[in-house]
Amino acid sequence: MKCYLKTKLKIEYLLFLSVCFLIIGCNDTTEAYKLGQIEKINPGSKSYLKHEEIAVSPPPFTDGVFPCNDCHAFRKPNAVRRKLEWHEDITDMFNHDSENRWCLDCHDLIKRDSLRLASGKLLDFKESYKLCGQCHGDKLRDWEVGVHGRRTGDWNGKKQYYLCVSCHNPHSPKFKPLKPEAPPFREDAEIK
Amino acid sequence: MKKPVNYSGRRKFLKNLSIFAVGSLALSGCGPVTMKEFLQKNFRTLSKKEKDDIIKDLEKKYTAKYGKEFHVTDEPAAGGVEFGYALDLSRCVGCRRCVYACVKENNQSRDPQIHYIQVLQMEKEKGIDFAHSDVHYNPELVPEEGYFYVPVQCQQCRNPQCTEVCPVKATWQEPDGIVVVDYNWCIGCRYCMAACPYGARHFNWGEPTIPADEINPETHYLGNRPRMKGVVEKCTFCIKRVRNGKYPACVEVCPVGARKFGNLLDPDSEIRYILANKRVLVLKQELNTQPRFYYFFGV
Amino acid sequence: MNFFRFVNGSFKIITKGSASYYAWVTFLILLTVWGGFGYANQLAHGLIITHMRDSVSWGFYIGNFTFLVGVAAASVMLVIPAYVYHWKPIKEIVIFGELLAICAVIMCLCFIVVDIGNPLRFWHMLPGIGILNFPSSLLSWDFFVLNSYFILNLIIVVYLLYCHFYKKEYKVSFVMPLVLLSIPLAIGIHTVTAFLFNALPGRPFWNSALLAPRFLASAFCSGPAILLILFQILRKITKFEIKDEAIWTIAELMVYAMFIYLFFTVAELFKEFYSGTENILYWKYLLFGIGENHEIVIYSWSSIIMGSIAFLLFLIPGTRKNFLTLNIGAVLIYGSVYIEKGIALIVPGFTPDTLGQIYVYTPSITEVRTAVMIFSSGFLLFTFLSKIAIAIVFEDYCIDDISTKKREEKVGKIPVAM
Repeated sequence: MKCYLKTKLKIEYLLFLSVCFLIIGCNDTTEAYKLGQIEKINPGSKSYLKHEEIAVSPPPFTDGVFPCNDCHAFRKPNAVRRKLEWHEDITDMFNHDSENRWCLDCHDLIKRDSLRLASGKLLDFKESYKLCGQCHGDKLRDWEVGVHGRRTGDWNGKKQYYLCVSCHNPHSPKFKPLKPEAPPFREDAEIK
Repeated sequence: MKKPVNYSGRRKFLKNLSIFAVGSLALSGCGPVTMKEFLQKNFRTLSKKEKDDIIKDLEKKYTAKYGKEFHVTDEPAAGGVEFGYALDLSRCVGCRRCVYACVKENNQSRDPQIHYIQVLQMEKEKGIDFAHSDVHYNPELVPEEGYFYVPVQCQQCRNPQCTEVCPVKATWQEPDGIVVVDYNWCIGCRYCMAACPYGARHFNWGEPTIPADEINPETHYLGNRPRMKGVVEKCTFCIKRVRNGKYPACVEVCPVGARKFGNLLDPDSEIRYILANKRVLVLKQELNTQPRFYYFFGV
Repeated sequence: MNFFRFVNGSFKIITKGSASYYAWVTFLILLTVWGGFGYANQLAHGLIITHMRDSVSWGFYIGNFTFLVGVAAASVMLVIPAYVYHWKPIKEIVIFGELLAICAVIMCLCFIVVDIGNPLRFWHMLPGIGILNFPSSLLSWDFFVLNSYFILNLIIVVYLLYCHFYKKEYKVSFVMPLVLLSIPLAIGIHTVTAFLFNALPGRPFWNSALLAPRFLASAFCSGPAILLILFQILRKITKFEIKDEAIWTIAELMVYAMFIYLFFTVAELFKEFYSGTENILYWKYLLFGIGENHEIVIYSWSSIIMGSIAFLLFLIPGTRKNFLTLNIGAVLIYGSVYIEKGIALIVPGFTPDTLGQIYVYTPSITEVRTAVMIFSSGFLLFTFLSKIAIAIVFEDYCIDDISTKKREEKVGKIPVAM
């Protein structure tokens, strides 16, 4: 049994590597997602998004995890909710209405490199904010006008937006506590 | 027995005090103050040529002192701009990233320590209550259960009390709303510090020290250029950055995106959206200082 | 030329004196030097070696400044009763009152200079060459009235002494209007100084309409206390004649002032403690301390206790008319007001600070030394000026004495002033 698992893993690993080599050069999705690359957000018809030069950060993938199809192309799709044998890190942390939801409420069963709205419409990972906005509409509105979330750049021009998932892990979105920087000096302690 | 000459000296000392102060200071060598610097006029009364001259001298001086190519500008306020700031109290986690980003951007003294931003930890049960707040909180992780955080810096009041009280007009409000200090004109009486209801003004009690490798060489004359001992300084919304279209350093660094900045005169700005769609509050509104710094609850 | 000889003559007076005079002067000079080294240290390192910090940005210096403004104001105010009650030596009372006022104003300006971060830039305040933010800044008003008051008093005193020195009759039509003008100015300097603090809505402790009245009332306690003792000394050692009744009347006026001060303070305390708003914190810090921080409580209570004892001593006719208890009372009320203005007025205004943080301030040794420097040089100046005034007014020292040099042997007899 143990031996079988091992070989299975090995085969998968080899397959993954070969696909990776194939993709380099012909697939520019990975290129576009490289850190520092900026994607324009589509303001659509919303009048309050006057500034056209708004850019969003690339989706913060864990190294080597995208495109998903590199692995999933070789696996049989299974829509039944179950405990996964793979993606342990995600299943362990998953805390996003986990009682009622699981992977396929956001990820598409077939087109693994896309996200999927409740309507069935497929979405690129670059547009993940629209998926979040399905439930968190108020946050999306605030985010679009620059009130929710972090911004950098020019207050009057080119701005960089961060995708929801840059700050909130989509599988466990609650903002994690931080270590605070040092408190100011106690001046009376220094004098006494 | 003392000689008469001695007495006469004493009397002169008392009668011509300012002259004595000047002389004794010069003698005690309390600082390499050049005659030119000593006689420099108030920034607002200087001609373009005088300003350029002074700035060139400053750049040379700072470059020599810190071993980095320094730039000092005196970029004036742009027309049609009035800066406003909003801070989302429901987001701030009290991590103090802003405090240190500010120190770095604005070349604040590390020792003695100057922080333009004071982050106050307040009890959720008590609401905004300065008397029970704490700036020295230091837990392993923030936010702490039962507390919220109120960072306070210069509120860039429309009706600033600090500029009113300055006896020598060394501090004033610029057309874009930023309250600035002419460090070369400030006499260091600290009346503005007594007047400010937000503790936003800070005094260089000793010679400011900044490690040369941490200095920010891109500076503004009325903002983050290195200061001297005995003058008051304050937050200028990062005048060097914002007059170049950039966000202030504290806005950019905030990991939770609690800090919002923009042009109050631009109806499409983030800040105007907040004023129109969120419920805002200002600190100590009863004092009628009319801050341009708003607090809101984004949730 | 004549004036130069007057100065020359005055200068001769202060260089000659008895052994105890020299001892007193030497003592003051030593104190000045000891304090001066403390101040030199401050000049070299900056105000960092005081205990003032951003939270408590004014301290002992500004407190002393405020106290001395009161002394300067009140010493001239004595002219009013002298005028109203037709006391005999009114000219002498005017001269000594104004001499004290001059010294006090000079000390005030010194305390401002040592408090500011850049004394070299003092010229920025001078109208004409600098920029005075007038009328917007109360500090510019204060600077203006203090200087006017100083110049006015200097003119009156110098004119009176000058006339005496040249044995000329002084023109009442010239002096009297100036004296009368100096009275509202005296009220003015103290009111403006109170407004200096009063004008800050961000500091609720000072933002009370009773602050200026309390200032004036307390000044009427401390200023006359000094003169009360001075007049007794002058009466002993010169031919200055002031009746016991006049001194008791001064003491009686001081009782009224103390009562008014007490009443105002009680009114203030009632309002603060009965309404119990968050602004009560400053009074709590002053009177009881907050949490662990009780450092200032000793100052406030010692001021209250000294003031209360003095009030009783002055109130009861028996002790008021007894010179021993009267003088004890004068010293106590002086000390009480000094502590009240020096510490108990300034520090609670800043503690807790505007953001509710408590920084415990008590003066550093440098601040004490600098204050000693200013006080001892101020006393030294007052000694010299009084000595000149005594010689001219009571001992008929005049122009003839320098021209004929016959005064040499007389000088030794001039007793010690103060």
